[in-house]
Parts: sequence; structure tokens; C-alpha cells
Amino acid sequence: MMEILEILLSESFWTASLRIATPLIFGVLGALICEKSGVLNLGIEGIFVAGAMSGWLAVWLGAGLWGGIVVAALAGAFFGLIHAILTVPLGLSQHVSGLGVTLFATSLSYFSYRTALPDVSSPPRIEPFRPLDVPLLSDIPFLGTVLFEQTALTWLAIVMVFFVWYVLERTPLGVAIKAVGDNPASVDAQGLSVYALRIGAVVTGSALMALGGAFLTMSAFDAFFFGMVNGRGWICIALVIFASWRPGKALFGAILFGAFDALQVRLQTEVGAMIPSQAFLAAPYVLSILALVIAARRAEYPRALLIPWFKGQR
Amino acid sequence: MQTQTVLSLNGLTKSFGTVSAVKDVSLDLKQGEVLALLGENGAGKTTLMNMLFGHYLPDQGSVEVSTVDDQMSPLPLGDPQAAITAGIGMVHQHFTLAENLTAFDNITLGAEPIFSFKRHKAKAEKKINDLMQKSGLVAPLDVPISALTVGERQRIEILKALYREARILVLDEPTAVLTPQEADTLFENIRSMTAAGLSVIFISHKLREVLAFSNRIIVLRHGEKVGELATKAADEGKITKLMVGTEASENKRSPAKPGAPVLTLESLCVACPSRRNSLKNVNLCVHASEIVGIAGISGNGQSTLAELVSGMTKPDSGKIILDGAEIEANEPRTMIEAGVGRIPEDRHKDGIIGHMSVAENLVLENCEDPAFQQRSILDWSAIRRRAEALCAQYDVRGPGIDAPAKLLSGGNIQKLILARVFESNPRLILANQPTRGLDMGAASSVAERLLSARENGAGVLLISEDLDELLSLSDRILVMRDGALTETASFERNAIGLLMAGDAA
Repeated sequence: MMEILEILLSESFWTASLRIATPLIFGVLGALICEKSGVLNLGIEGIFVAGAMSGWLAVWLGAGLWGGIVVAALAGAFFGLIHAILTVPLGLSQHVSGLGVTLFATSLSYFSYRTALPDVSSPPRIEPFRPLDVPLLSDIPFLGTVLFEQTALTWLAIVMVFFVWYVLERTPLGVAIKAVGDNPASVDAQGLSVYALRIGAVVTGSALMALGGAFLTMSAFDAFFFGMVNGRGWICIALVIFASWRPGKALFGAILFGAFDALQVRLQTEVGAMIPSQAFLAAPYVLSILALVIAARRAEYPRALLIPWFKGQR
Repeated sequence: MQTQTVLSLNGLTKSFGTVSAVKDVSLDLKQGEVLALLGENGAGKTTLMNMLFGHYLPDQGSVEVSTVDDQMSPLPLGDPQAAITAGIGMVHQHFTLAENLTAFDNITLGAEPIFSFKRHKAKAEKKINDLMQKSGLVAPLDVPISALTVGERQRIEILKALYREARILVLDEPTAVLTPQEADTLFENIRSMTAAGLSVIFISHKLREVLAFSNRIIVLRHGEKVGELATKAADEGKITKLMVGTEASENKRSPAKPGAPVLTLESLCVACPSRRNSLKNVNLCVHASEIVGIAGISGNGQSTLAELVSGMTKPDSGKIILDGAEIEANEPRTMIEAGVGRIPEDRHKDGIIGHMSVAENLVLENCEDPAFQQRSILDWSAIRRRAEALCAQYDVRGPGIDAPAKLLSGGNIQKLILARVFESNPRLILANQPTRGLDMGAASSVAERLLSARENGAGVLLISEDLDELLSLSDRILVMRDGALTETASFERNAIGLLMAGDAA
């Protein structure tokens, strides 16, 4: 018991939690924007892979770190556009299209990697984002380390939480996105385009998801590996429900999951002899399922989620 | 005042697939006028208005709207934004409100530049408050739509149109969901708005309100304009003749001779999580050879009452007594076996299994009857023979008894359900909104069947939102409000309306 308390009070634990949470924050925000407009985007897992691969490859080819971020976002937007066209004007099953996009994006990323680097056995490394070393602020005990030992991408993720919240709650665009996710007819009757709003939301959300992937290769690690996304996209889909489609709660959920993950790594070294390591690896997922079971009962689903809308049809 | 033409539709035509919904309809609207568009269900009223508002693209025809300087100019078709800009506002029968947003958000949605980083709330709020004052349409602005009553939602819908500077307002069956009092208030508001220069088209199939509130009446039948007359020169008989093609006959009914109690409900309580639709201490008795009508605005517990009697909900407390025997296990099966015939509110969802055939749907409730089995295996030739006979007897028209039931039209689905219900000779018939959405012909055949069941000694529990239907069919009427039943002694519209609204104010 004392060991757990000690871990929970340590700077390195919270630093790690926030780092692990960063890709989830991007992913959950992206999924939230898509779903607020009424479109479930199961392409998220593949879009993570595409973002991770394309951003890293762009940097390795000399685009610079922020150039890599732009490339990753564009890759995400591209796959988002595919999903949006299939599900919004064509009204196909969002589940089927999303899973298709995941398979397509993942395979295309692996294929591009192999084509670009045919002869390497281990991927070349890039110079990743460095932790921000803010003078004075970084010297604040505890908080300074936890918050300012992070890279610029973590900060971007946190800023995005506020940005997405502001857009959804305080701007006409946010009102329209929430309306189209609740009752598309309300938007159509006011002369706005249901298709444009939904496609825009899915493309933007997908670009954000891709940044989650890019964080993995450009900040958390310094190279691209197969299988490195490892289900993070699916976790984001669950976290959106946990967060009841609210950006603030999404940030909380992502950090909570990050904390579970950071905790299990540390517990493994402390009491690893007694319990098999697989149990620790499974712990964050088990805890997320429990959290979901509790939170999902009260979740307020966007009413039009999954329901296609066709112009002029009765 | 009524000289300037503000809108003219010229030869609008629209078909869906092979079905022709509107055929070559033209009409003019004058400034400050209330034009009633009258017709049965499926006559093409809503389709016509949806073309005007740009929801549907007409196959043929054109629309002209007056501009600010009183010139007529053509309206681009198939574009709601263009219709809004031209000053046309439409209130749909099914409200187009986002329920997760506030009234304020719904009204301003689409009216402000979408990529603005700020909203100009104060200015918009002032404009809405001014409109509320001028039109008399008052509703709370800052609570989510989901918390508002139907009447309030409708006022928001009209405010939405007025906020976009509508000069022509289209109302699609505006009173379908309102109490008589709410409807009267609405028409008063419309009057004061037309006095200020607004022109109104309202769609309805209620003769009474059309005669009371319109200046001119246009009647549609099967998508064609069959009549146009000034309201002053119209009367019910004339209009009905235009709508149906023949004069409707009054239902002939014998005086009530109630027999022994068939259904007795004793202090029934059901609590629903949402509080809407809960039942509070309901006592009710339906006798043989009696039609008991339940009036009320939807959401006051009628659907829970129907679920109880059909065995789909269990009571928290209280007794259900059928034919003198208390029902212990309140399940659909036991209710069917006890002789309850059920005509559900949502006939597509609860009345049929859409992808199963007409014949299968007809035998659903008695497939355990030995008449339809041979050595415990379904006897398809017997089932199909009966289905053929029933379809002929009840006039169920469609692609045949082997076609999926969902392919039938709403009226024919209802006839299928009637056939199933009446063939089992029920002791009690639960009819929940039995004529909703049916045209006059189908509705009157439902009414006739219910009356003949009454003649044959069945008890009928008729739940309806249509006061005219309740008044013409019921022997007794009870009003449901907030989960409680009140018996009304008077068969007078206003008295019932007041009970429905729940206050004498």
C-alpha cells in the first residue's frame, strides 16, 4: 500500500501519465468532433498509424518537425475525407466504412514504409521533439517538472482541449455541429448544409487523430515500428463515451487512462514477482471497461449518431 | 389590404418513383391572407409545401415570390437557403429542432456567419424578445428544447421563421399536437401577425379550424387541386365533398347498453424514470358493449396505460381484473389468452413484424391454435387459406399474402391488424390511436369495425388524441393528465380541452 502511495506522489509518475495521455487526448478530441456531428469514425486506429508513419517519414526526409506535423494532419484529413464521403453523402454503414479505413490506412502506411525504406532492418531514427525547458516555470517544484518536462505536442494537445471546447460551446460553428449531430433536419431547415458540416467535422477530427499518431513517432519515440499504435485508437472511441462527448471530461479520461498505464508499469517492478506481468498489462484496459460501465449509463449520445441523412428524402 | 400577391406557385409537379405526389398545382397567396390547404393524408399538401421551401426539387413548375419592392421574381428551386432569403418560413409538422440545444441556439442557427469566433448574443436576444412581444409567441429561450412542451416548441419554430424575416409563413398541421386552447391561442397570434402584414399558408385536415380561421381554402385530392373557395362561401358539407369526392355519412350508432365489467383497473400505479408517462392511482372500468374513450395530450400516461393492458408493462401496485379474474402474470401472452385484442399506437413497430409475410403476421397471435397445426408443425396451407380469406374480408390491399408486411401502406397495415384482432373475437379491444395517419376512408372503416365490435358485446378502450374521433365513438370519455384519469360528464370540446390542459385558467 505504501509503495502505491509513494508512486502516486512521485513527479516521474505524473510526468509519465501526462505523456502517455497525450496521443489519447488528440485521438479522443478527434473522435469527439466526428461523433458530435453524428458520424462514428472507426478509422481512428488506422489514422493513428498513418499519422505516425507519414509524420515521421516526412521528418526523416528533411521536412522539419513542424513540417512533419502538418504532413501527418494532412494524411489524417485524407483518410477522414474517404470515410466522410462514404458515410455522409453516400450514407453507407459507418461501422463498415470505418473499419475499412482502418485496414486501408494501416496497410498503406506499412506499404509506404517498406517502399521508402526497402533495405533497412531497423528504422532510422529522427531527432524528436525536446521537452520544453521554460525558464523559471520549470523550476517550480513538482508541478514545474510534471507540466514543463513535456514536449510542445503535449502542450498543443492541452491547448486543443480548450480550443475544441470553445468552438463547440461559444461559436456559431459549434452550435451548428451539435445541431447536425442531434437532428440534421434542424440544420437543413435553417439553410445550412448537413453534408458540408458533417464532412468538415470528420475531416478536421481525423486530422487531430493523426496528430495522436504523430506524437508516438515524433515525441514519445524517435522512429516508426509496426504495431506501435497498439489499440490506442480503440481506447479513444471508448474514452469519448466515458467523457459523455465533453472535451473537459475527455482530457480527464485520457489522463486517468495514462495514470493507470503508468501505474501498472511501476507496480510491475515493485510487486512483479508475485503477480504475472500480463495481469498488469491488462489492468488499464480492465479499469477502463469498469469506468465505462459506470459512466456510459449516463452518457448523452448525440441523437443522430450513426443515422445517415439524405437530402429530399422523406 | 388583400390585393398585393406575394407568392405564386405555377404548375408544380412531383413524383416519387412511380407514385405521383403532386400534379400540376398552381396557387396564389395575397398579402395578409390566411390560406388553408386542405386534403386527406397523402393528398400532397406537405409535398407541395416542401417544394416551395426547397426540401424537394419539383419535376416541373416554378415559384415566384414578391421582392421588397413588390416585383415578382422567380425563386431558385431545391434550395432552402434561397427560400429563407426570399422571406419564406416553414414550420414542419415534425419539428426541426435540435433538442440538445437551447431555443436561442435553434433560432439563431444559420442566421449568423458560421465561421465567426464570437456570437453576438445581446443583439440577437433583443431581436427575439421584440418578436416575442409583437407576435405574442412566448417561450423560454435558455433551456434545452428537450425540456419544453410541444406548444412551446412550436412557438420556437414560428419564432425561428420570424427571426429570419419571413413574410410568408407555412404551417404544416400546426394544431395536430396542441390542446384546443393552445390551438386557439396560436390562431389568435397568427391573426395579429397577419394584421401586421404576414401572409400564412396552413395545412390541415381539421375542417373546424379551417372554417374558423382561414380567408380562403384550397382543397387537394390525390395530388391535384380539386377546389378553391372563399371561406365565407364554404361549409363542412361542401368541403368534405371536395376532399373525399363524396359526402361523408354520419356514424350510426345505437344507444349504449353496457353489460358486465370486462376490464377493471384498481388503483394502478406505474412509475416511469422520466416521470412523463407515469401512472398515478388509475381506476377504470370498461363494460361489455361499451366504448370508453381516453383523451389527453400525448405523454401524459396513455402509452403506459396501453402497455399495461396489452401486457407489456407490469404495474408497481394495483390490480388488473379481466372478466372477473385478476391477472397475475401480466405478460402479452396471458393478455392475448384472456381475450384482449390489441391495436397498437405505432403500427409499424409494434403491430407487425415488417420482414415477415402478411400471412405470417395474420397468424402471429394464434399460431398455437391446433387449427393451424398438423402434428405440432405449422400447417401452411391452412394459414395461407385463412390469410387469403381475411385479406378479402378486411380489404387488405397489397402485393399479396406472401409479401413482407412492411410493403403495405399504413392504412393496409392497420386493416391487417384489425383482421388479426377481430378474428380472435376479443372480449376487450385496446385501440391506441387507431386512425392516426389514416385517410378518411380507412379511418371510417376502423370506426365502423369498432362500433360493430361494440354491438357484438366487446368492450373497447379507445385511446386517441383526436377529439372528434373520441366524441363520435365513445360512450364515456375520461381525460388523462399527468398519469391520472378524470371522468368528464360533458361531451363538450372546451370542457375536455380544459381537463387536458389541467387548469381552469
